[in-house]
Amino acid sequence: MSESSILQRASLGAWLEAMGRAGRRVLAPVQEADRVVFGTPSAPEQIATGFVQTPGSAKSVVFPPFDEMLRFRTNGEDVHVEEPSIAAEPTVLFGVRPCDAASFATLKAVFTWDSPDAWVESRMANLTVISVSCTQCDEYCFCTSVGGGPGSTQGSDILLTPLDDRRWLVEVLTEKGRAAAGLAPQLFAPANGEAASKEKLLAQVPVRFEAKEVAGELPSLFDHPEVWKEQSLRCLGCGACAFVCPTCSCFDIQDERVRDQGTRLRCWDSCGFRLFTLHASGHNPRHVQSERWRQRVMHKFSYQPERLGVTGCVGCGRCSRACPVDMNLGEHVRRLSEMSV
Amino acid sequence: MELLRDKAKSLLKSGAVQVVIGYAAGSATDRFRPHFARSADEADRLVFGDGCRQNLAVYLLKPEVRAMGKAAVVGGPTTLRTLLQYAVENQVSDGSAVALALEDGRVEELTSFAAVEEYLAQRPHGLSEEDRAELEQHAGRSREDRWAYWSGELARCIRCYACRAACPLCYCEQCITENNQPQWVPVASDAFGNLEWNVVRAMHLAGRCVNCGSCAAACPQNIRIDLLNQVLAQEAMTQFGAEAGYSVRKEYALSVFKPDDKETFIR
Amino acid sequence: MAEYEPKIIAFVCNWCTYAGADLTGTSRIHYAPNVRVVRLPCTGRIDFMLILQAFGQGADGVIVSGCHPGDCHYTAGNFHARRRWMLFRRLLDFVGVDMRRVTFSWVSAAEGAKWAELVNSVVADVRKLGPYEEFPQRLGGPGQKPIEVA
Repeated sequence: MSESSILQRASLGAWLEAMGRAGRRVLAPVQEADRVVFGTPSAPEQIATGFVQTPGSAKSVVFPPFDEMLRFRTNGEDVHVEEPSIAAEPTVLFGVRPCDAASFATLKAVFTWDSPDAWVESRMANLTVISVSCTQCDEYCFCTSVGGGPGSTQGSDILLTPLDDRRWLVEVLTEKGRAAAGLAPQLFAPANGEAASKEKLLAQVPVRFEAKEVAGELPSLFDHPEVWKEQSLRCLGCGACAFVCPTCSCFDIQDERVRDQGTRLRCWDSCGFRLFTLHASGHNPRHVQSERWRQRVMHKFSYQPERLGVTGCVGCGRCSRACPVDMNLGEHVRRLSEMSV
Repeated sequence: MELLRDKAKSLLKSGAVQVVIGYAAGSATDRFRPHFARSADEADRLVFGDGCRQNLAVYLLKPEVRAMGKAAVVGGPTTLRTLLQYAVENQVSDGSAVALALEDGRVEELTSFAAVEEYLAQRPHGLSEEDRAELEQHAGRSREDRWAYWSGELARCIRCYACRAACPLCYCEQCITENNQPQWVPVASDAFGNLEWNVVRAMHLAGRCVNCGSCAAACPQNIRIDLLNQVLAQEAMTQFGAEAGYSVRKEYALSVFKPDDKETFIR
Repeated sequence: MAEYEPKIIAFVCNWCTYAGADLTGTSRIHYAPNVRVVRLPCTGRIDFMLILQAFGQGADGVIVSGCHPGDCHYTAGNFHARRRWMLFRRLLDFVGVDMRRVTFSWVSAAEGAKWAELVNSVVADVRKLGPYEEFPQRLGGPGQKPIEVA
């Protein structure tokens, strides 16, 4: 359902205003001091464009660092429970990269596979993703290895591709996208064949491995601890990779309680942490870092493809940029894919 | 570079050490990664340059690395200070690790704590002029400005604990954040939890931190948490004359006291 | 509207200040009722995290008090505590915590009057400063804002 048109960059303000009038909250990468973060731009000029990738991912829009699930108050045997509303605010996520748009497919697969997660589902249902194709990439990008690409439309409701300094090629991809473009239809001009030039404008992201092949090969490497140990020797066991990852979805449910009242929170968690699998008995089934690293790779590149039909990685490269010890996921998975066991 | 590689090779060949922990080229031209050289081939990949700032002493306490045998660790003054602080805290025994001190392309092999002490004694102590000026600039702002800055910065913390993992002196088997009876530090990355975590981290390193800056370098959010450590290190120096990591005989500033310690703040 | 009443949490040691505060009562000295006293074995046991927790759960001011130097029931607990507070104060001040809200003192078991003066003066000071609204509150705690309806 792709429809192409042209949007003048100068018209962005008018489009965002129309979204605001229609009651949609707009989130976009904005420049804040020396960094790019997701926030509500007060003017279109505030929206950052020159970056390769934002340090943090956009997943917090649907899966925030912590979610309040309920509040409770106890009085002897009586427990009073208060639940927050699940209804999410209609939101437009503007200016993310195609890999981030693709990450919502993985998140959706995780959060809806058996018992749908009401919070995430509601936020996703109310989310419109307007992404911008990549015209540049860096040594950490590997979207093309995991089924994506710098101009991939997967997960986007609308994809914009910069044609030049003044214009975007607009691809409206879904009903939600059509509704967003329909808020200011006068801004969109016919594409007149310019859609054909899209591929030429995109960044060249080299293919490092084929995720589908890797998914087939990984199970045979599971019982080779030396492989995982060697790769993870420098891993420090922090959660930076998982917390900047757009598809990592593990969480930990915690009660924050002060005397007779408290709140139940769902907080981000990471398989890199020792505590992640620590049993109450003191036993830890993944007692060394290499096993946690194996879990991270297997989960993304083997278990999720097998069980959910999606790759748990979109190749955005954030984990590798954020890693204090330069654990480069793309490089490690390529090495694994080259191993024949 | 060749000097370092040759030194590493000779140490490995003679069996003096089983692994040399150094740096190798990383994903980008300006990036370096920790490298574990166990053979001559692996030693040939050792590099050293301006971007090699991570404190590699952190690996000396890792079980996987300890299992390899005796290690030599490559680094500058703060890595050496870490070694002495480990000694003070009974984490590493004398002669159980070799330090390869790098300076201006030269490499010096230090095999005992005494040698490390001597090496450090000849080099400047305390914060660099630059760091001191930066710290003073932060401290010199009004309280309101300081609070606005730090509450804003700490609010961005995602509690990935990269700071803790990268810090060679944050080596507790079980961190206070992993204790939940009671849960002193809330798990969620909310404003209070983040403030508490960052204050706790800095306080637990007070009088122990060697100012290597690995915490801030590891922070994916680029929060200058090293400043919290620096201000405490400076205060420990001013108030108690305590400087971590210059002597194996120096006691931890907060485990000792003087009856006449200053108490101007007490009413 | 009723006048603002500051909430003060006092962390005191069992042997000196707690006994001193007891003496204030038995001496029938009136003092501001805004203080909630938390008794700990020794100032050496007063972890700095307790101070953060007090503010994070709604305190507007904190008092920390124990035996005078040299009088510690455990010989040196207050000496160790004093060093820790020295550094802790510097850190809190550096990040911009309002240090006018944290008061350290020595109050002996014989200083019932000093305890009353201390509490009164802290309450008066904090009353002038008003509620410590800028300090973040612990989730699930009494200072947490009402549940948000998205």
